[in-house]
Amino acid sequence: MKKVLSIVVGLLLLTMAIGCGSNTSSDKSSAGKGDKQIVMGFSQIGAESEWRTAHTKDIKQAAQDAGIKLIFSDAQQKQENQIKAIRSFIAQGVDIIAFTPIVETGWDTVLKEAKDAKIPVIIVDRDVKLNDDSLYVAKIGTDSVTEGQNAFKWIDEYMKKQNKKPRDGGDKFNIVVLEGTVGSSVAVRRSQGFTEAMKASPDASKYEILASQTGEFTRQKGQEVMESFLKSYGDKIDILFAQNDDMALGAIQAIEAAGLKPGKDITIISIDGVKGIFQAMIEGKSNCTVECNPLQGKLLMETAKKILKGEKVEKNVFVKEGVFPADTAKDTLPSRKY
Amino acid sequence: MNKFKKITSSSMFLPLFALGILLLFNIVFVNDFLAISMENGHLYGRLIDILSRSSSLIILSLGMTFVIATSGIDISVGAVVAISAAICCMLIGGRGDGIPEHPMILAMLAGIGIGVICGIWNGLLVSKIKIQPVVATLILMVAGRGIAQLLTQGQIITVYYKPFSYIGANIPGSILPTPIFIAALMVLLVILILKKTSLGLFIQSVGINPTASRYAGINVVLIIFLVYAFSGFCAGVSGLIESSLIRAADANNAGLNMEMDAILAVALGGTLLSGGKFYIGGSIIGAITIQTLTTTMYAIGVSSDQLPVVKAITVIILCLVQSKKFQTVFNSWKNKRQSQKVVDRT
Repeated sequence: MKKVLSIVVGLLLLTMAIGCGSNTSSDKSSAGKGDKQIVMGFSQIGAESEWRTAHTKDIKQAAQDAGIKLIFSDAQQKQENQIKAIRSFIAQGVDIIAFTPIVETGWDTVLKEAKDAKIPVIIVDRDVKLNDDSLYVAKIGTDSVTEGQNAFKWIDEYMKKQNKKPRDGGDKFNIVVLEGTVGSSVAVRRSQGFTEAMKASPDASKYEILASQTGEFTRQKGQEVMESFLKSYGDKIDILFAQNDDMALGAIQAIEAAGLKPGKDITIISIDGVKGIFQAMIEGKSNCTVECNPLQGKLLMETAKKILKGEKVEKNVFVKEGVFPADTAKDTLPSRKY
Repeated sequence: MNKFKKITSSSMFLPLFALGILLLFNIVFVNDFLAISMENGHLYGRLIDILSRSSSLIILSLGMTFVIATSGIDISVGAVVAISAAICCMLIGGRGDGIPEHPMILAMLAGIGIGVICGIWNGLLVSKIKIQPVVATLILMVAGRGIAQLLTQGQIITVYYKPFSYIGANIPGSILPTPIFIAALMVLLVILILKKTSLGLFIQSVGINPTASRYAGINVVLIIFLVYAFSGFCAGVSGLIESSLIRAADANNAGLNMEMDAILAVALGGTLLSGGKFYIGGSIIGAITIQTLTTTMYAIGVSSDQLPVVKAITVIILCLVQSKKFQTVFNSWKNKRQSQKVVDRT
């Protein structure tokens, strides 16, 4: 009886092994051909803002248009979820992996695993710090340093054009900054761009950064931190630089609660260009938004196809961006996709 | 001396002492910390901010205190806040012209209602099916945000309907922010329940020894069920405040990590996580302490990358100040040193 059982079990195992073997081999052969549908694994950070939602939507749409099968994974703001997602992409044997890293560091091991599995990796929207840059094939995204620079340049021009005077009667405009998530490449670079442009400007002596604190890219924190800024420096603040629109929207409510007029008493500039801020600009509550273009899907899919065909691609690919002051908001809003 | 001992041994002394230290620090180092002025017909100042911002945490910690008193824990409240916020904003709708799609009162009731439903779910799992509280509430903690995302379809729903902002800000004509009134009302409700019924005693006895309580004729299953349902109710109310504050439902960030803050508030308040005796007053003070800490960090301008570290250190110190064990160890160490000195001298 035992013998019979062992034979049966042995046979079963054998067939399973054969089954597995044939499966993998057929997978490989199909991946080798170019005409089969490309499978892309994409790990998104989450949906922390309207901007991110637009980003996600665009990538999903672009994948559909390009005929690429997208395996989408939402990391809900946690790096460990992203690492898990990338590992599962490797296990599933996708053709290409793309992801938007939530923080800059800690990706070496998992990207090495992807490289060992010979799966090319594209980094989307945000930046990473790696010891070995060959771990990814291309970076697609926005240039956060330029966005920061543009923000300061616009402020400088606007203050001159409007002939504004510092509210506390001094000779310097006081700036408060709402930073993004601590340690995220976007926050670091937007700060860097802004302060660099400020230092390089001939009007550098006219501006001073009074306070800078993280609002974690959310409305809630943006509002809470702005409340505190207003209590500390109420009459001195001339300019608010919010590193994303959602924080500016939260801050606008805090400024109104303090009995000041957002957009007039305090000049507000933010980055991203979501619909909500255009609405606020039309109401005269905000002054300018520097676009950070989330419509990266098309570029991502094109780059992915090029890579899989074996063509050479640039290591850094940037999307197009613009600056939208309040007076253009009304005309621009209907054409906004996000 | 006797009077002093009586004050220091009171259950409220240590939480109040911890809050006192923080406030003192603020008064010394933060300019105009106590200043309160009138702005557009309502009071304006840091103290008002602290009270108003801690309101939703106070409400959450009320529910959490009862749950912890039955030696349970509810880690789903943060996610429930997000669900409640999502339902409420979804029903009012994000129309740009400020016209609500459903009456606001209906949306508010739905938000609170969904909180109660979540609480009932937790209560059933823990009391009837006897799943461990951490595991049972973990289910909603993980799934809750997903549910909220589904409801809002991954978008942040911004509500332009004006009266909706009254919940988180001021009702026209009122000089204090509404959250303070809501929190006060909830506290009053809890005190009334505790004074007029013996529920408090039942909860305490269930926390100390459920088996003995059952033999004494207490319906243990019902009590445990009720505390979770009430915790869900509190989370529902807090969800309304949280969403109204930013006039939007942000499924990802509404109530994020608030369950931990609520547990910390209860612990700071002197209620043991092992259950039994509980201190509602302590939990309220604990919640205010946590918010004061956050406000302090912003006020003295701790840079953003050092914020969590400074916060953690302060919490450790506050907990040590309150720990009885630490005090006895500290005292015996002090005595030892003193006696050592005496020995050295002789």
